[in-house]
Amino acid sequence: MAMDDIQVKDGVDAETVEAVKALSGTYKYGWNTEIEMEYAPKGLSEDIVRLISSKNDEPEWMLDWRLAAYRRWLELIEPDWAMVDYPTIDFQDQYYYARPKSMEEKPKSLDEVDPKLLETYKKLGIPLKEQALLAGVEAPEGERRVAVDAVFDSVSVGTTFKAELRKAGVIFCSISEAIREHPELVRKYLGSVVPVSDNYYATLNSAVFSDGSFVYIPPGVRCPMELSTYFRINAENTGQFERTLIIADKDSYVSYLEGCTAPQRDVAQLHAAVVELVLLDDAEIKYSTVQNWFPGDENGKGGIYNFVTKRADCRGDRSKVMWTQVETGSAVTWKYPSCVLRGDDSQGEFYSIAIANNMQQADTGTKMVHLGKNTKSRIVSKGISAGKAQNTYRGLVSMHPKAKNSRNYTQCDSLLIGDKCGAHTVPYIEVKNNSSRVEHEATTSKVDDDQLFYCRSRGMDEEEAVALVVNGFCKEVLQALPMEFAMEAQALVAISLEGSVG
Amino acid sequence: MAVSSQKTSSTRALTDSELTDSSGAWAREARMTASKRAQAAGLPQRRDEYWKYTRPDAFVQADVTLQASLRTSLGLFDRRTTVSVGFGDGKIQAAALPSAVHCTLESLASASVLDLHWARDVYGRLEAAGQKPVERSLAAVNTAIAREGLLLNVTGAVEAPIHIHATSSGHSDAIIHHVIKVAEGAAVTLIETGQYGARSNIVLEVDVADGGRFHHIRVQDGNERHMLTHIFGKIGAEATFKSFTLTSGVELTRNECVLQLLGDNASVSVAGACLGDRDFHHDDTVFITHDAVNCESRQVFKKVLRNGAVGVFQGKILVKAGAQRTDGYQISQSLLLDDDSQFLAKPELEIYADDVACSHGSTSGAIDEQALFYLRSRGVPEAKAVDLLTLSFVAEAIEEIEDEDLAQDILDHLTETLSAR
Repeated sequence: MAMDDIQVKDGVDAETVEAVKALSGTYKYGWNTEIEMEYAPKGLSEDIVRLISSKNDEPEWMLDWRLAAYRRWLELIEPDWAMVDYPTIDFQDQYYYARPKSMEEKPKSLDEVDPKLLETYKKLGIPLKEQALLAGVEAPEGERRVAVDAVFDSVSVGTTFKAELRKAGVIFCSISEAIREHPELVRKYLGSVVPVSDNYYATLNSAVFSDGSFVYIPPGVRCPMELSTYFRINAENTGQFERTLIIADKDSYVSYLEGCTAPQRDVAQLHAAVVELVLLDDAEIKYSTVQNWFPGDENGKGGIYNFVTKRADCRGDRSKVMWTQVETGSAVTWKYPSCVLRGDDSQGEFYSIAIANNMQQADTGTKMVHLGKNTKSRIVSKGISAGKAQNTYRGLVSMHPKAKNSRNYTQCDSLLIGDKCGAHTVPYIEVKNNSSRVEHEATTSKVDDDQLFYCRSRGMDEEEAVALVVNGFCKEVLQALPMEFAMEAQALVAISLEGSVG
Repeated sequence: MAVSSQKTSSTRALTDSELTDSSGAWAREARMTASKRAQAAGLPQRRDEYWKYTRPDAFVQADVTLQASLRTSLGLFDRRTTVSVGFGDGKIQAAALPSAVHCTLESLASASVLDLHWARDVYGRLEAAGQKPVERSLAAVNTAIAREGLLLNVTGAVEAPIHIHATSSGHSDAIIHHVIKVAEGAAVTLIETGQYGARSNIVLEVDVADGGRFHHIRVQDGNERHMLTHIFGKIGAEATFKSFTLTSGVELTRNECVLQLLGDNASVSVAGACLGDRDFHHDDTVFITHDAVNCESRQVFKKVLRNGAVGVFQGKILVKAGAQRTDGYQISQSLLLDDDSQFLAKPELEIYADDVACSHGSTSGAIDEQALFYLRSRGVPEAKAVDLLTLSFVAEAIEEIEDEDLAQDILDHLTETLSAR
């Protein structure tokens, strides 16, 4: 790998590079943190919902909201239409709340956070400190700084650069804090994009979400740094249910990054998140995800079941949202980041790389719902299957009668490595006016022998050659990622495919 | 009428002993097992994913009143020499069917009273195989209760196409089940025109043995009619199967085509063009399974829609593990001539083999303004220019027809239909 050539300039970059370098074996995040935890009793009931609410010191309205969701959830049936196959989940055999003991008293600043937790994030390559600022030194010109909200099992352990963001008017904190400190915003927007009764997992999340991130960008503000959330599942038999709400007010901009890992365990774990993005007039959100939950071992033992509902509502005219995802982890992925293009001239983009190796199953894609006039959407999906994995693209492009002069372009390509895996495409196309144009293209093929031969003849071994060809296949999506993420993603692509050839 | 009550009334009708009345041994067995299949599956419901874009109600309701007219593609293919078989209100018209070299023609009505018949190996068998992974219970209903149909046993290369021409007075239901067996190295062309009934449920089972060739050209027209068709095909090694359907005027059509490629180096093509106006709702649902090495499949569908017409395409290519060197191609396109029409598509790929080249494309849009402007600037009147662009749009589907003469007839018919609009 050519990482050695990269000039290391400063703290953040150095650690990122270290992290990327560290990605040279198989699943590198499989270790767990030995830390004293505090659990809610196992199982799910109204009492647990009440307990989660009280742990977060929530107001009455929030508890009522949760309870309504819980009652609704009891009436719903788990969906089975996705091309994924997993044992029935026993929702009573899970912990719905787990937090490090040291988090009982909310740390007032990062200095008070348990060093073990800080160490965990450091090991993951996520610096939970504001070195430049703490040392009283201005960050070097042009350096990219990233503010992090770190979520460990059920709680947010800390958020960096909060004060500095505050100066710009940006609110970046955990959702539990936002519920306490900014109830007017939360009440207005929570559940307005993904309604409580949206789907089975979203409803479950609405009842039991324990933490997550909250972002508000005021009108006319371009967020001065990238924001990110890092999700870590550490505790055993514990589900993680986080909730993210991002509101981009008029003419604002934010780039948001999301990363996830979990220890290597024999028992599968549940992760059901909801992400809601609200965009008002002229707002823009860039949302990038590198999902690297533990994928299970090569026999399909363990791993995360990842059921995620992500949706952006482009309420304002000329608003723009861009989802970029690199999905390499999880035993089962069920995830469709979507865009509701409500405002006239709004735009939605979806760039995705989904890699499934060994026994992984991924069913992922997007929905582009065109409601406003002159709306545009673009979908670029790259699915890679190896080992005995199944990888499905599932998507919807819908042009409503009033979405005049709208455009969609969809390209989904699948690459198969080996003859034991599967690659599937299930697009839905619904066009209800004639001034809109919809184009959909999909291809499925195997890794090109000529390209492999060329790489091999230049001295690469087979795995390196495959990684290079696959990286080329994914190029359009990798380019859509912020720089640090793109590097990490590139390395991840290679690692995820390890053992898939030969 | 509530959906549940339809379900009970229709399945109860199937348990009647009338089902096996005057059936010979093979037909009785086929009808009884089909009846069980249909009852186990139940009738399609509005919420079924498989019926996402077309409501099954019109096909399962007990009574519908349709005022279908008699006019049906008269004169089409008259210039060609064909072996003609007439259907009138769901019955074969002549007592004695014509004969052709290398091919026997029989009616299901006469063959089903016998205790032994070659059709036993095909009738209901291919339909049963096509019930997975999605249940097509209305096809099983057809197998159970159909009393009429054409049975073709093709043993060599049949020169003239077999031409089924159907007419109906316009009030009756027609349930027709054709069976075609193409022996090794044999070849036949089947043409179907006209309408069997006001509401038709048609099943066509085609067994093409190794090296056999089957060509099918179908024209569906006549107004205010509801039509549900299923083609179930089993394709052997080195065999060819090609089916093309032109639809215009029919109010509601659902054409399903379920093909299994079981022998190496086979080649299939399913194509369709439709011109839809007003209440027109046209659904092409295709499922092609590749279960052999080095096969090619093509799906080419073009839909021209106006005044609120709806075009549906649900196409799927399934490549089973081991079906290496598969070449699968699928294209579905719609031309929406106004703002009220709709195109709804679900083009699917499900692939379990790595050495494949599969692609699908789907587009929807209005007529190309620049092309229209060009034609008008050359003095072509607007209506004529739209017709010309429409013809060029559907041309790719018509090109799937192998026989150039027949393709020309289709093109002429289409031109005529367009200018008559």
